[in-house]
Amino acid sequence: MFSLVKSTCLTLLILSGGISGSYADTTFIRMATTTSTENSGLLDYLLPRFESSHPYKVKVISVGTGKALRLLREGDVDVVLVHARAAEEQLVSEGFGVGRRDVMYNDFVIVGPADDPAKLQGTRDASAAMNMIADSHSLFISRGDDSGTHKKELSLWKQAGIQPASDRYREIGQGMGKALQIAAELQAYTLTDRGTWLSYRDKLPLKILAEGDPQLFNPYGIMAANPDKYTDTNHAGAIALIEWITSTPAQHWIATYTIGGQQLFVPMPHGINAQAK
Amino acid sequence: MSQLLDSTREALGLLITGDPALWTIIHISFSVSLRAVLVSAPFAFLIAFALAHGRFRGRRALVSTFNTLLALPAVVVGLTVYMLLSRNGPLGDWKLLFTQTGMVIGQIILCFPLLVAISHSALQTAERRTWETAITLGASPLQAMLTVMYEVRYGLVAALIASFGRVIAEVGASMMIGGNILNYTRNITTAIALETSKGAFAQGIALGIILLLSALLLNFGLGFMQGKGAMR
Repeated sequence: MFSLVKSTCLTLLILSGGISGSYADTTFIRMATTTSTENSGLLDYLLPRFESSHPYKVKVISVGTGKALRLLREGDVDVVLVHARAAEEQLVSEGFGVGRRDVMYNDFVIVGPADDPAKLQGTRDASAAMNMIADSHSLFISRGDDSGTHKKELSLWKQAGIQPASDRYREIGQGMGKALQIAAELQAYTLTDRGTWLSYRDKLPLKILAEGDPQLFNPYGIMAANPDKYTDTNHAGAIALIEWITSTPAQHWIATYTIGGQQLFVPMPHGINAQAK
Repeated sequence: MSQLLDSTREALGLLITGDPALWTIIHISFSVSLRAVLVSAPFAFLIAFALAHGRFRGRRALVSTFNTLLALPAVVVGLTVYMLLSRNGPLGDWKLLFTQTGMVIGQIILCFPLLVAISHSALQTAERRTWETAITLGASPLQAMLTVMYEVRYGLVAALIASFGRVIAEVGASMMIGGNILNYTRNITTAIALETSKGAFAQGIALGIILLLSALLLNFGLGFMQGKGAMR
């Protein structure tokens, strides 16, 4: 019966001209990435350069890291560019992701209201900062959307060995920009990636209060869907993109991308996991 | 296909076991939407009564205005209320952005035109003689109006049900004004949007089932009320 349902759906889709063209189409690469990557503007800067030298167009689907990885797991995209190393490596070990490479890194910063009730200003140690936020009973906005940033935030609380009081901790389940807006409205602290922060800082009455801890390091990785599991993905395109983005010229472009004069990403030409694939 | 089945099975599990996170979300949805409808109803009924039985200039224009507002998109309401309530907005001092009260305000704007339009058409069916008789028997205008409203009570309840159905299923305004904050402003629709974006479908499906069930019940109620109204 399910095959009947499936074939009916497929027929309808083909009749409507929906996916018939884009599936298994080798001129497009479907790439899932995180909202923070998309928000930073880096892809608009990089991808045209890839497209001009390769016979592919990249369709970017920007979602939370959890969803991006799920899209890859289910073969709905050809390649993902995300920042959640443990989850990425799990997909590789389960055989869903192949050819994983490190691409670059940026960092997280802790931002909060300008009057800084928790007195974080100038703190470098992220664990200490989290402790100060919890101890001062300050409001904290959590992404709460299973994104790379959310995962990082949870690991910081764990490292700090403290849980914020539940009435001073708000999970919003949305993107970074929204989290910053809500933090600004409610005069709360939050953890943000520097790229999104730089794009939003002029519009918000918040400031960076803690930065520079190696714990706040945020490496990005890229990997392709396993062509053995999903034969209809554009594997050649995905590999071409992975090769290109880790190549010397692309790594140079990443290093030269700036917002307001500030470099956002540091390339990782000899990534820790460069041996994969 | 198996994913759809697995998620649905998991969803039913969540519903049956009374997962507290899930029921908090459902509670917020119903509480906010109910407040929005109940706050709007007296004013909407009053306006609808004036439109149906009053004789004043601009009455037709007002009726058209309310009918136009029926098509008000939730996201436009969301954006407008967001800008009004935002810290930098004119009502920023109220500190209502990302609160349930803020969501109630957004939903009031959404359900008000619907309440007016439906109760207006219900009140139009009331006979003018009811009003005149009540007045002749010594009723005050207020009492006479309540008598007329009582006569078309099923139509008015239908207006309440339809408006509730509109706001509880609405996502744009709730998401923008409420901010989808867990345990505070996360309601059924914003939770579904979130769970889908997280790739966690089970909770989304469970909430979808609740929404569908309540829509079904509301429509049965609506049909029943309309039947009652028509029988008289």
